[in-house]
Amino acid sequence: MSDATINQAGTATGEAGFGDYFALLKPRVMSLVVFTALVGLAAAPVAVHPMVAFASILFIAVGGGASGALNMWWDADIDRVMKRTARRPVPSGKVTAENALAVGLTLSVMSVVMLWLAAGAVAAGLLAFTIFFYAVVYTMWLKRSTPQNIVIGGAAGAFPPMIGWAVATGGVSVESVLMFAVIFMWTPPHFWALALFMKSDYENAGVPMLTVTHGRKVTRKHILVYTILLAPVALGLCFTSIAGPAYWTASIVLNALFLKGAVDIWRRDEPVAEAAHYKVEKSFFKLSLAYLFVHFGAILLDATLKSMGVWA
Amino acid sequence: MSFREPHELHKRRGGLNIGVGVVLVLFVAVVFGLTIAKVSTNGFQMKPGATSGQTQSQTGGGN
Repeated sequence: MSDATINQAGTATGEAGFGDYFALLKPRVMSLVVFTALVGLAAAPVAVHPMVAFASILFIAVGGGASGALNMWWDADIDRVMKRTARRPVPSGKVTAENALAVGLTLSVMSVVMLWLAAGAVAAGLLAFTIFFYAVVYTMWLKRSTPQNIVIGGAAGAFPPMIGWAVATGGVSVESVLMFAVIFMWTPPHFWALALFMKSDYENAGVPMLTVTHGRKVTRKHILVYTILLAPVALGLCFTSIAGPAYWTASIVLNALFLKGAVDIWRRDEPVAEAAHYKVEKSFFKLSLAYLFVHFGAILLDATLKSMGVWA
Repeated sequence: MSFREPHELHKRRGGLNIGVGVVLVLFVAVVFGLTIAKVSTNGFQMKPGATSGQTQSQTGGGN
């Protein structure tokens, strides 16, 4: 067999480059995992050796990436159908499903063992549970069986700040539980807003998103309800030791804007939204990204100011 | 003698090999750095019982 024939088959049968394997780890999701875990670690009241902190964040990121690879292995069939995911390494044929599984399992075990050695059993246990929750509970079970998939599955993305906190303190506390709760409550409105303007994708793939099973009007109502529930959780963090002036300001402003956006979405009917090319839904989705980033950025800023003695 | 231009397939394989090599070197560096950090801080302490137990058995043998 010549090189040319290998190549013709190769692009469709797993002759992947390094970048394709890296893409398997969902780098954008991994960057969010790194950021929130770093915030959890920095906000904790216990100092950590910089090398231990670096290694811990790295292994948390690898664990998050591993669960992404397992997700791509299992979901290749529906990823192939959806426009947003069709170019991922497995559905596009660059990486075989078997290789994706091998990478996912290997990195899962390696990241948990290494985090155990670096930061202890609690952090490693939380990382192992996160990988299990995302790969098995969300991907294999909930995603295709219930319209509440995003609600419960959102827990997987909410664990990283808790793991970061556990790296520093060796345990769990009110602060880390509230950081978890902010991401957990934020996930449904974030993804349902996306589902409102990426409507054909989920329908074509047969994923029971709320928009598909209960309609768009109900989805709009759910976005509002979860945004209302999110506000006291995010504002509740103001009363803990990790919140300072930056968080207080950011949280009050962002929750007001987010609530207004959710009310706007709830009041819109479908023909108007479609005629406006889902402008309000798209801007709410963008605001949701800023909401999470700024909340956690403010915690990081307050931790930095605290360490510099600006506020006690 | 002719030098053929490397095929795109070879370039991709080469890239993968180099990438995996770099990741392995970085992994070794992280493990090494972590070991140094653990040994040089309070996280790595000999258990008091380990040395005293040895001493006890040595002294116990003399009683």
